Amino acid sequence: MRHVLSILVENEPGVLSRVSGLFSGRGFNIESLNVGPTLEPGVSLMTITTVGENAIIEQIIKQLRKVVTVIKVVDMLDCKAVEREMVLVKVNATETNRAEILRISDIFRCKVVDVSHDEMTIEATGDKDKVGAVVAMLQRFGIKEIARTGTVAMRRSMQ
Amino acid sequence: MELTGAQILLESLKKEGVDSIFGFPGGAVIDIYDEIPKHPEITHYLVRHEQGAIHAADGYARATGKVGVCLVTSGPGATNTVTGIANAYMDSIPVVIFTGQVPSSLIGNDAFQEVDIVGITRPCTKHNYLVKDVEDLARVIKEAFYLARTGRPGPVLVDLPKDVAQARTEYRYPRSCKLRSYRPTVEPNRKQLSKALDLVRAAEKPLFYAGGGVISSDAHAELTWLAHNLRIPVTTTLMGLGAFPGDDPLFLGMLGMHGTYAANRAVQECDLLIAVGARFDDRVTGRVSSFAPNAKVVHIDVDPTSIRKNVSVDVPIVADCAATLKALKQDVAEGLSQEGFVRDHTPWLERLAEWGQRHPLTYNGANGTIIKPQQVVETLYDLTGGNAIISTEVGQNQMWAAQFFRYRRPRTLLTSGGLGTMGFGFPAAIGAQVAFPGELVIDIAGDGSIQMNIQELATAVCYGLPVKIIILNNGYLGMVRQWQELFYARNYCATCMDFAPDFVKLAEAYGASGFRITRPEELRPVLKEAIELPRTVIVDVHVAPEENVYPMVPAGASLNEMLLV
Repeated sequence: MRHVLSILVENEPGVLSRVSGLFSGRGFNIESLNVGPTLEPGVSLMTITTVGENAIIEQIIKQLRKVVTVIKVVDMLDCKAVEREMVLVKVNATETNRAEILRISDIFRCKVVDVSHDEMTIEATGDKDKVGAVVAMLQRFGIKEIARTGTVAMRRSMQ
Repeated sequence: MELTGAQILLESLKKEGVDSIFGFPGGAVIDIYDEIPKHPEITHYLVRHEQGAIHAADGYARATGKVGVCLVTSGPGATNTVTGIANAYMDSIPVVIFTGQVPSSLIGNDAFQEVDIVGITRPCTKHNYLVKDVEDLARVIKEAFYLARTGRPGPVLVDLPKDVAQARTEYRYPRSCKLRSYRPTVEPNRKQLSKALDLVRAAEKPLFYAGGGVISSDAHAELTWLAHNLRIPVTTTLMGLGAFPGDDPLFLGMLGMHGTYAANRAVQECDLLIAVGARFDDRVTGRVSSFAPNAKVVHIDVDPTSIRKNVSVDVPIVADCAATLKALKQDVAEGLSQEGFVRDHTPWLERLAEWGQRHPLTYNGANGTIIKPQQVVETLYDLTGGNAIISTEVGQNQMWAAQFFRYRRPRTLLTSGGLGTMGFGFPAAIGAQVAFPGELVIDIAGDGSIQMNIQELATAVCYGLPVKIIILNNGYLGMVRQWQELFYARNYCATCMDFAPDFVKLAEAYGASGFRITRPEELRPVLKEAIELPRTVIVDVHVAPEENVYPMVPAGASLNEMLLV
């Protein structure tokens, strides 16, 4: 089962390795991990996406709560959540296929953020599936480089 | 008043009531050592290896219930403590470790004796700190002691760069800690508690399964009261020995891999298992899927991660064991006046007594020519009347010490439960003897384990610590040899210790006393003499070389599948 964990942490040196160490110490993979500051100085929000059996995820959540620099852990499976991810895709764009790439970007409401005579960089935002679909559609033109942020998530207001 | 970091450290230790530090100096902590003689209320014990320092601090903590303190230098000094830190972490022992660090400006430069000890110990400490500013030092020390002793206790490491120890600042020791992300639950949830009580009242075959948490939260009086008044039998883990009187008729002995027949059968047959401060370790449960198959499980533990980790639980209670048992005691005390408040457990207790009689802890072949290791532990119990603090090394000696010595009081068995650290027992005994100079402290050792920290003989002799080391010398790494015999077709690869030092001469070389026992009739008089001698003593007892520890549940088997003597 895929879980998105939203983890509020004290922004101290080493906090990232304290958190990620809990996963690696148990031989689990983190699908994506994402950190950024919050409104409160000294406090950051981490979003971790991982896949595992529910019992194991329950253990990880409990272990995360035990870390002294972790303030709060929420499993987004327990509530309705908005999930978003951003990706930058640098794709081959020749005279002949540029129009096609632009059309696809349009359909997915992507933005072209950089262009040259033979390549184009496209920014896409959406949930994991949409970002996956954009990447899949662009693949046939030849992707030169890709940078994904990993999921960020937030609880929906109307539950 | 302005103080240096080193002065702040010692002043803060004084505030925490620290009277003993176990340590080893070095360049990175030389400023701290410079201050130590100015604080006569704190005694520094110089060990001979840093692993000895951390185990001694750990033994001190286990024996007293206070926080043990260890001070070492950076680099190799720090890494030498890692085994001991992991050991304390696995057994939830409160220890604060101060490590020196190279000056802040050199951190990350591969400087001389630099190591990222905070990184290395992250997975085996409850928390750790690198102090980068002397302004933070007093607060960090306060937090370190608070974290080490509260909630589920554990080791906390503070890494101190040399320039921080030298820097000056105004000293003020904080009165309390503000840690918004750390608030362990102490009081039990009332609803869960009443659910647990309902299960207790309905049970026909209830069983207490007590672990080290009962000892670390000082809940033994409550456990004993509840067991007596509800007539519930008690089994304990290795770490829980002493949590309930070892000579009480309701005590079934230890459970698990080398547990008693009665205790293991009781687990498999009980209809209610009340786990208190125990964590369902794999050495206890055997095959998890067939562990306590008929039982509802109540699990009391201060650490939520312990609950439902291995075994599904019907009533989880996340709280301090002592607080929970106290609350339960209150409810039970009120209820007991009612007729039929709990079911009659007589048939259950009779059945257990019968199992106990049919398969008591025993051994064969004590024939007057050979000494059985179990006999040595029995004789020690007999001679001391159980009034001793016993530490053990790890392996067969540890299991015999657990089986054949009865622990009536908490904190009288110091043993490496979780990590199984050979070399733990002797330095731990030193720590306990420092805490209780007047008590008899005995390390029950194997010829293999004792050689892992034998250099601490110098520490014991130098400080006049009359620790007794009783070596059950069988010329083997006995426990591994036992596994090789039973499960690896007697392929005794690398377990025969056919070269060992002359332990008697070794003791004498260090200025201790040495005895050797090779015949059964010498056992009693020589052990008696050794115990009465107010000095550090080694007794090298030559025991039956191929004796095994029984009962034994093979790894991965169910508790019902015991190999008996």
